[in-house]
Amino acid sequence: MVSEKKARRALLWLGLGLLVLFLISFSLGRYGVPPVQVVKILFTRFVELFAGRGALSRTWTEQMETVVVNIRLPRILMACMVGCSLAAAGTAFQGVFHNPMASPDILGASSGAAFGAALAILLGASSRTITLSAFGFGLVTVGLVMLVARRAPGARLINLILAGIMLSSLFNAGTSYIKLVADPSNQLPQITYWLMGSLSGTRLPDIPLAFLPMAVGLLPLFLLRWQLNLLSLGESEARSLGVNTNRVRLILLLSATLITAASVSFSGMIGWVGLVVPHLCRKLAGSDHRYLMPASFLCGAAFLLLVDDVSRNLLAVEIPIGILTALMGAPFFLYLITRKEEKL
Amino acid sequence: MNLSIENLSFGYGARTVLHEVSFTAQTGELLAILGPNGVGKTTLFKCILGLTRRYTGTIRADDGDLAALSPRERAHRVAAIPQAHPLSFRYRVFDMVLMGTSHTLSPLAVPGERERAAARAAMARVHIEHLGDRPFDQLSGGEQQLVFIARALAQEAKLLLMDEPTSSLDYGNRLLVLQVARDLARSGYTVLLSTHDPQHALWFADRALALKEGRVLALGAPEAVVTSDLLSQLYGRRIDLVPTPQGTVLVPKEGD
Repeated sequence: MVSEKKARRALLWLGLGLLVLFLISFSLGRYGVPPVQVVKILFTRFVELFAGRGALSRTWTEQMETVVVNIRLPRILMACMVGCSLAAAGTAFQGVFHNPMASPDILGASSGAAFGAALAILLGASSRTITLSAFGFGLVTVGLVMLVARRAPGARLINLILAGIMLSSLFNAGTSYIKLVADPSNQLPQITYWLMGSLSGTRLPDIPLAFLPMAVGLLPLFLLRWQLNLLSLGESEARSLGVNTNRVRLILLLSATLITAASVSFSGMIGWVGLVVPHLCRKLAGSDHRYLMPASFLCGAAFLLLVDDVSRNLLAVEIPIGILTALMGAPFFLYLITRKEEKL
Repeated sequence: MNLSIENLSFGYGARTVLHEVSFTAQTGELLAILGPNGVGKTTLFKCILGLTRRYTGTIRADDGDLAALSPRERAHRVAAIPQAHPLSFRYRVFDMVLMGTSHTLSPLAVPGERERAAARAAMARVHIEHLGDRPFDQLSGGEQQLVFIARALAQEAKLLLMDEPTSSLDYGNRLLVLQVARDLARSGYTVLLSTHDPQHALWFADRALALKEGRVLALGAPEAVVTSDLLSQLYGRRIDLVPTPQGTVLVPKEGD
């Protein structure tokens, strides 16, 4: 059993681990930049945000600065933001559905986003439009799922899951059809590559665009973390303890959907993070969402950053990150669930 | 807290679950609710807890209509003590009890020192302070039931609804939970307790309410309600009542 003291300590270690990994990640890559220089470059750039360019003297080459600031910084930040979002969404969905097998794509946000991206690629859109289309379709899909579930009689949570499965399946069929009719010489590989998930296309201007919806969604998840404990006991118990279940659940589902759609539209389909990280965090920080939610933020960011480092450094050709998360996530998950003494 | 229920009816389509049920429960009273499975005991509790709105009639607590309240305001007055049940996630016992204090907090807040003190006091009241750091799912059924009771006490609501709290417990734990329920009634709580065992009503209740097919069959002192005649109507079994110096004992009749 994880005590509160242990949970706090786990949060501290996760935070420190993320910080170290964040700094190390800048030095990883074919163009080597020593960690000390990384810190200096980042510090200088940070000071210059306020003091203006040229406020501090430079002891490194122009090329180093370009690599660190224009190439690695956006990608590292995006990995952290996407990992944080997917893990937080997974934790939220698992709590709301009081089901440890729920993952961020349970309401169809990922399938909808994939369809939106494939459609935009088919129509020859720019990369910004592809992202927007994915984001829009992700949100619309979950909106449809919620409408369908509202109209159906019976238990709302089961209806949501069933509607999610149904609409995911519809949009997957749509994506398959687009792949069938796409130009096999350029569009099809682009769609396939997008579906495998990658952070390689991240540019600095993407960061604020992704940050905004993610911050808007992550804040309620953090603030409502105690309510998530109550919701996870089940509808009637939460209500009798004074939770306005319909309202709290709606806010949590919308927030989790927002950050899932934002993540998928910038990074493509990255599976397993939203399932594995919450489980790992339960081992480290316990099931109490007061600690589990912030632990998921930190651990998700660190996990995806680590996987992305592997993805761009393991082989000469980059491995799509979606493949790696599955390759690392699935066996790890198997290890977690087969450990005897602990219940999930 | 005085609970007063008037003409409460509830139905799913053509099926009537509760039909014009009326009764009151006074402060300091343990009211046992008897009846076979499917007679509407759980539905009655759901109506009082506001888990369903599809009933007609009124449910008042100290003159206020419970239907007019938000979940938060209702949690301030009514606490439910569910049957022991499995949870999806592993929570500490202390956190389970702490969840009882949630309705006193803003939805965006986490419990602070005041809430922790309330949870500790509630655990001390049913003597489970030593279980605080244990995982809830590893407790025995009786201990889990005591945790739910402590959670209801931390909720600081004066009306306690116990839906068959003893059904999954062994004999010793049944008696323990019933004794705790009676002690709480003595100290000023109003306790509604549904049970499958009419003997429980004779032993521990101040009054008993018998439900059959959604209607009130009998209401009054346990000795007046639990009769051989009523038991055969409720359960279709003939049972003898044997008076002893320590109270009446139920004995199934030979040949049945």
